[in-house]
Parts: sequence; C-alpha cells; structure tokens
Amino acid sequence: MTNSASSFLVIGERTNITGSPKFAKAIKGGDWPAALEIARQQVVNGAHIIDINVDEALIDGDATMVKLLNLIAAEPDTARVPVMLDSSKWSVLEAGLQCLQGKGIVNSISLKDGEAEFLRRAAKIRRYGAAAVVMAFDENGQAATRDEKVRICTRAYRLLTEQIGFPPEDIIFDPNILTVATGIEEHNNYAVDFFEATRIIKDTLPHARVSGGVSNVSFSFRGNNPVREAMHAVFLYHAIAAGLDMAIVNAGMLGVYEEIPLDLRERVEDVLLNRRSDATERLVTFAEQIKASAGSENSKAKTETIDAWRQTSVEARLAHALVKGIDAYVETDTEEARQKYARPLAIIEGPLMDGMRTVGDLFGAGKMFLPQVVKSARVMKKSVAYLTPYMEAEKAAARLAAPQNPQSAARAPKVLLATVKGDVHDIGKNIVGVVLACNNYEVIDLGVMVPCDKILAAAREQQVDAIGLSGLITPSLDEMVHVAKEMKRQGFTLPLLIGGATTSPAHTAVKIAPEYPHGVVHVLDASRVVNVVSALLSPEQKPAFLAEVAAKQAALRQEFADRRQHRPLLPLATARQRRAPLDWAIDDIPRPEFFGTRGYSTEAAEGPRSASSPTVGRALCPPITAGINPAPPQAAAADSQKPRALSLTLDEIVPFIDWGPFFSAWEISGRFPDLLTDTTVGAEATRLYGDAQKLLARIVAEKRFTAKVVFGFWPANAVGDDVEVYADEQRSRVVTTFRFLRQQQEKPAGQFNHCLADFVAPRESGRSDYLGGFAVTAGHGVEAFAAEFKAKHDDYSAIMAQALGDRLAEALAEWAHKQARDVCGFGRTEQLAMADLHRERYRGIRPAPGYPACPDHRQKRQLFALLGAEAATGIALTESCAMNPASSVSGLYFNHAEAKYFAVGKLGRDQLADYAQRQGDAVTESEKWLSPYLDYEPA
Amino acid sequence: MPATVPTPSPAFAALHALFAERIVVLDGAMGSMIQSYQLQEADFRGQRLAAHPHDLKGNNDLLSLTRPDVIEEIYGRYFAAGADLVETNTFNATAIAQADYRTEALVPEINRAAASLAVRAARAAEAATPGRRCFVAGALGPTNRTLSLSPDVNRPDFRAVTWAQVVAAYREQTEALIAGGVDVLLVETIFDTLNAKAALFAIEEAFAATGVRLPVMVSATITDASGRTLSGQTIGAFYNSIRHAQPFSVGLNCALGARQMRPYLEELSALAECYVTCYPNAGLPNAFGGYDETPAEMAAALAEFADAGYVNLVGGCCGSTPEHIRAIAAAVQGKRPRAVPTLPPALRLSGLEPLALA
Repeated sequence: MTNSASSFLVIGERTNITGSPKFAKAIKGGDWPAALEIARQQVVNGAHIIDINVDEALIDGDATMVKLLNLIAAEPDTARVPVMLDSSKWSVLEAGLQCLQGKGIVNSISLKDGEAEFLRRAAKIRRYGAAAVVMAFDENGQAATRDEKVRICTRAYRLLTEQIGFPPEDIIFDPNILTVATGIEEHNNYAVDFFEATRIIKDTLPHARVSGGVSNVSFSFRGNNPVREAMHAVFLYHAIAAGLDMAIVNAGMLGVYEEIPLDLRERVEDVLLNRRSDATERLVTFAEQIKASAGSENSKAKTETIDAWRQTSVEARLAHALVKGIDAYVETDTEEARQKYARPLAIIEGPLMDGMRTVGDLFGAGKMFLPQVVKSARVMKKSVAYLTPYMEAEKAAARLAAPQNPQSAARAPKVLLATVKGDVHDIGKNIVGVVLACNNYEVIDLGVMVPCDKILAAAREQQVDAIGLSGLITPSLDEMVHVAKEMKRQGFTLPLLIGGATTSPAHTAVKIAPEYPHGVVHVLDASRVVNVVSALLSPEQKPAFLAEVAAKQAALRQEFADRRQHRPLLPLATARQRRAPLDWAIDDIPRPEFFGTRGYSTEAAEGPRSASSPTVGRALCPPITAGINPAPPQAAAADSQKPRALSLTLDEIVPFIDWGPFFSAWEISGRFPDLLTDTTVGAEATRLYGDAQKLLARIVAEKRFTAKVVFGFWPANAVGDDVEVYADEQRSRVVTTFRFLRQQQEKPAGQFNHCLADFVAPRESGRSDYLGGFAVTAGHGVEAFAAEFKAKHDDYSAIMAQALGDRLAEALAEWAHKQARDVCGFGRTEQLAMADLHRERYRGIRPAPGYPACPDHRQKRQLFALLGAEAATGIALTESCAMNPASSVSGLYFNHAEAKYFAVGKLGRDQLADYAQRQGDAVTESEKWLSPYLDYEPA
Repeated sequence: MPATVPTPSPAFAALHALFAERIVVLDGAMGSMIQSYQLQEADFRGQRLAAHPHDLKGNNDLLSLTRPDVIEEIYGRYFAAGADLVETNTFNATAIAQADYRTEALVPEINRAAASLAVRAARAAEAATPGRRCFVAGALGPTNRTLSLSPDVNRPDFRAVTWAQVVAAYREQTEALIAGGVDVLLVETIFDTLNAKAALFAIEEAFAATGVRLPVMVSATITDASGRTLSGQTIGAFYNSIRHAQPFSVGLNCALGARQMRPYLEELSALAECYVTCYPNAGLPNAFGGYDETPAEMAAALAEFADAGYVNLVGGCCGSTPEHIRAIAAAVQGKRPRAVPTLPPALRLSGLEPLALA
C-alpha cells in the first residue's frame, strides 16, 4: 500500500487532543507510552497519515509537539507513515516541522490574517519541505456556502502558485465540513455545500487536493456512536464521489456504506443530502431508538478486546500463543486440547504444527525475527513436554495390546548437529537446532567437542537424514574436512551441512565439497537452514538443488583459482623490506609499572583494590622503581605457587559490554543502539534487549557466572618477525618467542606489509620495549545456567545466557585492556567514552591468536604458559587450541601508538618454510594450522 | 509577500550541457588519499596552530589551511585522472563537526581555502587540456550529530543537537563555500534525512541572502541490506523528503559497494525527476576497515549501471583512488547518460516509507 499510489487517504484523528479524551488525558498526565500507543493503534487500524494536535491552554504546545514527534520517530511502526501537524499556533507548527525527516503536511494556514502573513507562512512551509492544508477561511471569516468556499480556495490557489511558486500538488484545501442537523435551518445544506465545493475545486484548480475533518459533521449526535459512524460513512461515500482525497477520521471506527442498515442509511442520507424538511427530526427520533438498544452492549466491548484471543477456540489460542511466543497459558490450553482430541499426537500434528508452520512462514518471509521464533519454540516445547507423559502411556498401552506391531507412524526427519572436535562454540548451532525443531525436524544435538567417529556412529545409530557441523575457530575447518573424508570412506550418502563463524561458502567449495560427493552445503545462518534442509530431504527437489549448489561451488573454486593467479604475492624478503617505517629513535615506549602477571576474580574476597597494592601472581623479575607508579617492593615477594587474585565484581564489567555483537548473535543486523529504533527489527530488538537486561541483572545479582582475569607485561624486543620475551629488564634470558606472520600481498604505494613484530622495538634499536598478554573468562557457570533453562524447555533463555556469557567475556577483555593501559601510564590520561572504547579509539591493540593479525592458534599455548592462565583463570585449551569454557578471550597487548589491527592475508610457500623453521616444526604441521591462509596447495 | 527569487548561476547552463552530452565523472575518496601522505600531528598543526590546545591529527579538513600543497595536489590528481567535478575537502567543515577539535572558529576560512584550492586546481587542469571544463563541488557532510535519532537509548526523545544549530552550521559553511568559488553544492553521505533537510533549508537561506542560486546535488547513504538510511527511510521516502529543494541531482554514495547499491539505485533512477548520481565505496569494507575492490572491478560495476540507464554521474567514495576514477571514466566513456523522466504531478509524502496520492 505505502509504496504505491493510494486513491483515498485516511488521516488518523485519535492523536488530536481536542477530539480524543483518551489522548488528552495521556498528554496532560505525561503518560507518553499511552500517547504513543494511541498513535500506533491508528496506523495498525489503517491510517495512512496521523494528525497530531496538542493545542491545549495549559500545556506548552511547542515543547509537547517536539517531544511527541521525537518519541514517535523512535517507534518504527508509527513513524512509517507521514505526519500531519495540526495546530492553530504557527510556532507549534514550525517547531513540528523541525522534527520531521519525512515530508509531512501542515494543518493549517489560511487567509484569516491577510495575504502577507499567509504567503510568508506558505513560503516557510515550502522551505521546510512540507505540503499544506489551506482552510477556506479569509479576513472575513469561515466559508460556509459553496460559493464562498470556492471563492476563497481559488484566491488562495492563485496567490500560492503565482506569487511564490508553491507546487499545486502540495496544496490541500479544507473547505470546512460543518455540523448538520443542528435544528438551525441554514445548517441543513452544509454537507451539500461541501460536496459541491469539492467538485468545483477539483475541476478548476489543477492538482490541488481536498481534505476535511469528518467527525464535525455529526457533532449534533455526540454520545451516539452508531449514528455518528453511519453519518461519517455516508458522508465519506458522497464526498469521495465528489472528489474528496483524504479525510481526518477515526481509523478504527470507519463504517462501510454498504453495511449500514438501510433504514438508518436512508435517514442519514436525507439529512446529509438535505432531501426533506423533516430529515433532522426523523434521524433524531431514530437515533434515540438505536441508542436505547445499543447502550447495554457498548460497555462490554472494551474488556472483550483486551483478552479477545483468550475467548477463541483452543486451536486458535494455541496458534496465537505460538505466533506471539506467549507461554503463560500454554499448559492450560494444552490440557484443554488433550481432553478434546482423541490422541495427544493429534494435537502436535494438528494445532501445534499448524502454528509452527505459520511461524516458519512468517520467519521465511522476514516478518518474524529470530528471537521471536525462539520464543515460539519455547511455547512449542512446553506444550510437547506437557503431552509427552500421555504419549508414553499411550505407547505402553499399545505395546501391551499389540506387542508384535512395530512403530508405524511416519517419523519426522532427523538432523544431527555437532560442534566439531576441538571447538566449544555452540550458540549458532543451538539457534539452528531451535529453528529446525520449529519446522518439525527432530534434532539430535551432540553438543560441543564431538569427535568424528562419535558423530558418524550417532548418525548411523539414529538413522539421521542430514548432518550439520559447526565451528568457530579456524582449526575446526580442517576437522570438517576430516569428517567429510571419513563420511566418504565409510560410505555415507547423507547430505552434510556446514555452518559457523569461521566457515564460508568459499572454504566449503574449495576444501570440503571436493572430499564428499553426496552434497556439502554451506548454510550462512539460521534463517537459511530450513530451506536448505527441506530441499535436501525432498526427493523431488534434491537433485536440482544439489546441481545448483555444485555449480555455485564450481564457480567459487574457479574464482578462488583465478584470484590466486591474478595477484601474485610478494616474496617474503620484499615484503619484509616494505614494513611500516617506525622511528624507534624518537617513538615513546611506555613502561609498565609492574612485570609478571596480575589476576582478578569474582571469587576473590571483597576488599580494597588499587594499582598501588597489586598482587603479583607470577613475578618474573624485581619490581621496577622507575615506573610511573612504582610497585611496592613486597609485590615481588608474592608467592608464585599460589596466585592470589584481586576482587572483581560483574557489576563493574557490565558497563563495558558492547551490545552490537549481541544482536548479531541473534541474527539481527544493524548498529546498536540505532537498531532498537529500526523500522523493521526495532520492536523485536527492543524486546530482546529488555529480556537480555533482565537476565543479565539476574546473573549479576545471583552471581551466576564467575569471571576471572589475568594479564601481565614482560620486557620484549623484536628480532626480525619474532618477538622475544625476556625474564628480566636486563634481557639476559629469553622466556618465550612469539613468531609472527607478515602480509605478502602487493599494496599501493604508501601502504605497508605489516607484521605484529613491527610494533615492538627491534633489539638492534637498543630501546627497551615490552609485550603484554591477557586471558579472561566469564564462562564458568554459563553452561550450568543454560542447562537449567534447557531442562525447562526454555531454549530462548538458554541461548540468551550463552550470548550474555560471550558479551561479558568481551567486556572483561575491554575492562582488562583499560587496566593494562593504566598500568602503562598512557591509559590514565585517556578521555574516552565507552562507545570510544568499543570503537578501539585508544592507543594500542590486543590481537588474539587465531585471528587475522596472528592466525596461528598455537600461540595461545605459549601465551597461556607465560600467563599461567590455566591456573589463574581455569581456562583450558583443547587440542585445536579453542578455549574452554567458551566465553573466554585471550590475546597480546601491543602499546605502540601506531599499532593497528590488520589481516595477514594469504601466505606464500616461502613464508611457511621460513615460519616452520623459526617454529622448529615441520612445514606440514604449520600448513595444517594455517591452511585457510595458504596461497598454494600444500603437497 | 512576493519572494525575491535568486538568479541561477552560470554553472547551471554549463552543467546542463555537460550532463546532456555524456555521463559525468566525479572524483574519488579524499581521506584515503590524505592517509597515503602519512601526515603527522605537525603537518596538521602547521606553524599557525602549533600551540592549539587539542590534538589535530585526523582533522583532514584543516589541511586546506595547514598543508594546502597536499590538498591541491590531490584535487589535481583527480582532475588528471578524468574527473569533471572535484569535491572540496570540507566533509567535516561545519562548526558542529569541527567542535571536536576546537577549531570551529576556523570554519569559514577552511571552507574558503578548500574551495579556492579546488578552483585553482580546476583552472590548472583546464589549462593543461585546452577546451576542457572542470567544476568544483562544495561538499557538505552529514555532521556528527543526528536530528532524527537519540544518542541515548533510555531517552528516545532526546536530541544531541537542535534544528537551529544544524541550520546555522550549514549556512556558515555554505556561504564560505560560495565565497570560495564553488560551482555547485553537494549535500552528501546523508544518513539522517532531517540533517539533509536542515542543510537544504540553510542553502535556500544562503541563496536568498546572496541573490544567486547554485545547482544543488543531494546524495544519500543506504547503510545496509535493509535498503534504508540510518534514520530508517527507504529510498523512495528519502526522495519525497528532499524533492521540494528541486535538486539538480540526487543519488547514492558511501557505505556500500556498487554491487550492493544496485537495487536502490534502480529504484531511485525510476523516481528521480532530476539527474541521478552514484559514487559507491570501493566494495564493502574488509574486516579491517580497508577496501579491496580494484579499479577494474569498480569500473565494470559502474559501467553496467550506465548500460542499464541508471546514472548521469559516477565516481567513487571511500577507498577509491585516482586509478579507480581513471578506470571509471574510461569505462563510461561513450555510454549514453540516463534520460531524466517526467512524472505526473502527485502529492508525494513520506514517513519512513513513501506515500503518494496520484
């Protein structure tokens, strides 16, 4: 509707303080949510435009108009439609114009104050970019008759178009809809005057429009809504026929001309068309009768609408609860259905699946968002859980009755999901599981860190129809290749689905698909999974779908091969020459105030904590006295056997949360906080954010998650592309050496081939530099908390708990980095808001091993050893170097002012050989860990 | 009150002739070019601001005063690459944006200098190739405050800036750009239409004050695959919101690469009763904020838009370089510009979505 041209526009009148007592009460009482709900309801009820009027003697019209419009701007459902600014005060209209990003309508201007003022205002409206309602009003007053209306409108039209070039299509005349049936004879022809004036204006003033406030016509019958609605419907019918383009009406109370009882319609028409002299008396008499009969029903109407859905059939109630994600009544309704249906299974296959199909369709059409789907699944699961004991009983009875009869019912297709060996991340996989379950697939979720043989054994045992593998870290890609090879070797023919943050259509095409001939499909996110699985499991669709996938993958492989040919990498030696030139003679190098590590834990005893009383977990050297904030001597004496942690509370961490990625985890795209007000996802995003805040408050209050942090600094210098970490300031002993990789792609002049080692002073510079490291986790307690929800069939809250764990871990990393910068001095002079922290506007970086600047996950082993991270934080590394628990982050601190994140990109054979030699391991081993980055096919 | 009607400037006729003849080429990114000079704090300060109390590195607009040689050279490189129209280095040169560096007092001077340097580069390019016409577009960026959105989630009615402040800031910038000699004004990278409406309002005030009207180009930014501006409008709603300003052209720039822009450009091309412009980023940003699309890739995408009849002007935004512009100019050479349609008059309104009454 909104994108195409409409032929008649309904302007909602309920947000008019002079016409709607409910709105007036909300505005006067400052009840903004109520006012906004009235506005929203009008749009829901079909208003194309909303009229906003806050003219009231006792309120500040300018400020109220601005506040209301700004609030509406944050309500995407309402802000969708244009606004009609309605006021008798010019200042209110102008204040409103300064708030409208869309093109609205000013209601109104007129010749009441003379031509000069009329044209001044019209010119201003044009500059603001709005259309204007022009009242048929001049220096002598309001036009009542046809000829007066036409004369004033024609004069205004000429002035506007000829004097100031006002676009005629932006002129909307309001020739005054005046009250009829007042008992005063001169008023009897008012409606006819309006109809006729409208017809003449439309015929003689090109492109101009006609509007009017309809409720005025029936003012004599106030208190008698059935008659008023009939009058409005009949009035509109004739006015539209005469050329009326739009009208201010109660969008929720628009009657239909044809549906008005004939006797009433005839009497109304007699009045409006001025057909008989006794028309008014006849309608008044008739109106009394209607009022008497309708009065008793009227009061009931209100309460009915509130919980109307609770009055419908049990099937409709279940469907409503599923689509809206309301779990409050689901057990009651399920029980009612159980008594109505012969078998519990019939409820699942009937009303519940019908509801979930609607959910699936709405989700597929982009009309529902992921969090809503997950809430729907919660309702579904609760209902099924309620029915399960009855179904078990039924089965037991059936076995007794006919023991030889095997299961006969057609079963739901089964999909096996697993996060591969060495990887612990599963939020995305859980979401996929929920979405599949919503669509009537049976999901067998093997959890995280699942070895290949276990996946394949379960697939065989459970006779699944498809296998889905998930992974977040790069070594998982190799594991997926391994699973694909094993599936081929063991003679599987099931389709294989690939998903997770580290996977891509390109990797799937190049590395996995060639290993398994029966269909390997990359699934971008949960919203795509149902289409993919249903195509794969349909005998009719499967061949065409696989052919299409194969063709796309062949194209991706070709593109990959072409790209490799197009842009040869630089030889490593050349790339090294093109390092960023940093002037080590003058660059300042901040010196940390302590060496070794510092730990924090939410389990540590509460107590004072300050930079001047640090507890050093693993002191590697005597404290430095020349630092900015020298550590007291006793720090060095800390017991290295029993690291003692400083206290930390989740409360302190919460403000550091960056909410943007939280919404990405739920597949809601957009920038935070703007997405909360997005037209499409805003409402759902706001609900999700509210739910997250609630659960987060609970996690903090009940201390559900344990947070642990360890970070530290060591003397360090670069040697080529390596960074040596020393035991002490004398730099006499190397504790460990981090080997870094260098970009090898050809770059335009003025850009450099980066390597993280470049950001640390080279040994030959003679400067003393330092390297930091950290490991943090918020993950202890996450899985247990999520499991509590899962046990209650509440996947929504379970996924929410995991997503909050991840956010808290990232927040801890942000918090720890802030402490680390303070320790190095330069952090203390930072003046950065939280948003600046999230945008990395501070000095220095904290790249994480396994991510693009240092893609070798094995560096985590070195880092963990250096930090004593496992003892300090309880984070363990899996064989793929994933951190367990999942909500953990680790990385290195580089303090140089020019340090920045970059992607190492593709690596040449020469660099791999060099790197393996520096690492002291076989080239094939390094190739395995860095396989996604290789620019060549390893032997 | 018969309004005083500003006289159209001579640039109208010259530009209409150019746009009628062929697809016009705009320049590419300024920021990434500046980056390649590796300028330091001292460059940004120059002698004049050596004692300025705030860090100035990153305030690219200031370089028109402190390193005019660099800015003029970049303009020259874009003209040499084949740009017909070069944008002034004034994306952030409003009092609102400059306040972050406490350099708001320099706004008139920055804009005049940026415009004068560009005019000089244009005359130099014309001298180098006799018969050639080069134009300068005064760039008005979005500022770093939004009139339609609250920066505070808990107070959705709050605004960090007022309409009057935004209008005053744009008016100051506009008048300085006009004084510096720009041929057209380009309100660009519009992510909040209300800011753009304030800019257009300010420009009208400036025209009324100076008595001369320049062509006004308008370019919105669709931020992602939702197909909407950051402030939530669809492209049709956006067009209805700014149509009253009778822009010389309307188009899209920034945020997306050419390929991602295609559906919105197609939609705009069918709606716009004026010239249509398109200057995308060199692809989508990679994970590190850089841009990867090569000159050949970007030129191919824009050439396809030309073949589809969507564009009258093409150029580049973030990540594009003189090499990109050279390739783009070559790729659209000889291609027919989009024909500007005449649409029937209609009452065209908008909220976040358009509403037309035909």
